[in-house]
Amino acid sequence: MNIIEVLKSPWPWYVAGPLIGLTVPVLLLLGNKSFGISSSLRHICAAVIPAGLPFFKYNWRKEVWNLFFVAGIVGGGFVGNFWLGNPDAIVVAEDTRRALAALGVQDFSGLMPADIFALSNVFTVKGLIFFVLGGFLVGFGTRYAGGCTSGHAIMGLSNLQWPSLVATVSFMIGGFACTHLLLPLLLNVVQ
Amino acid sequence: MEKIHQHSSFPQPADTDFDNIKIDGCDGANRQRSAEGFAANLKYLLVGVIFGIVFVKAEIVSWFRIQEMFRLDSFHMYGVIGSAVAVGLLSVWLIKKFNIKTLSGETVSIADKVFDKGQVYGGVLFGIGWAITGACPGPLFAQIGAGYFAVAVTLLSAIAGTWVYGLVRARLPH
Repeated sequence: MNIIEVLKSPWPWYVAGPLIGLTVPVLLLLGNKSFGISSSLRHICAAVIPAGLPFFKYNWRKEVWNLFFVAGIVGGGFVGNFWLGNPDAIVVAEDTRRALAALGVQDFSGLMPADIFALSNVFTVKGLIFFVLGGFLVGFGTRYAGGCTSGHAIMGLSNLQWPSLVATVSFMIGGFACTHLLLPLLLNVVQ
Repeated sequence: MEKIHQHSSFPQPADTDFDNIKIDGCDGANRQRSAEGFAANLKYLLVGVIFGIVFVKAEIVSWFRIQEMFRLDSFHMYGVIGSAVAVGLLSVWLIKKFNIKTLSGETVSIADKVFDKGQVYGGVLFGIGWAITGACPGPLFAQIGAGYFAVAVTLLSAIAGTWVYGLVRARLPH
């Protein structure tokens, strides 16, 4: 197995997790930047549609590094999928696969279920729920919580911040409740 | 372990005195005192590229992996987040312990998170969105790069959600 084949196969958690963890010291040492991604959404608001709201009245140019960072993530997403993409279908845990199939998910070939995340679904009820409602909750919730998985669960916990532990536990409560209570209803609606 | 209140012991950059970004727990904050130009910012782009590759290659951007996590059917996501925190924790501890300086010679400074109820209410709302979209903000960007262009709608909606939060912020419990 040559190096390209190794890179193309899915990376195990014990490779990916430490690499993600290393982002914390790399950003700190490159320029005193705290790891956090959801703040980029706020900077976009501040730069493009501040609308005189005090929450968006700050020197976003000072935080522009964050926009370079997320632009890089888009590029990395491209490289990871098109140049180093896994030629085989994703292996989904059997129990999850069975549970989702029972809820009507049929396509298990890509990283995302094509039955939901296809471009043609944008202007449908599926799109309204999975893109518009879901996205809104991500943007509203992360800002209300003052951070996301990166800012709280990784950066905050790395710095032993107990409010970040509260936030992380809240993320998980919301996710578990949604998966087991709300998602069956939502997937039923879009059948 | 000794509690280090970094942001009280170091002088703040002058322009943060009126900068209300402080009210938000400084998520992703820049605490470097010297300004950086376009070329200097390219290094964060490069870190982002590597980070995005890891996101896709470890399938963290996959809606299915998030479902496995919330259904407790796979250890993968717990392993990723757990080992990331372990490495982050060790790194921050080493940086503080040995007072490792930044590239420009500054002392590393990390803002403390201040508790407010938003971490609970907002946290739960984000968790619901996370399970629906299969993505936190980072993977949203990586999914778009990976060719799932419909996610651009999710991203725009997330920006809208952030904006609406800014609009109604004063009326929400904190």
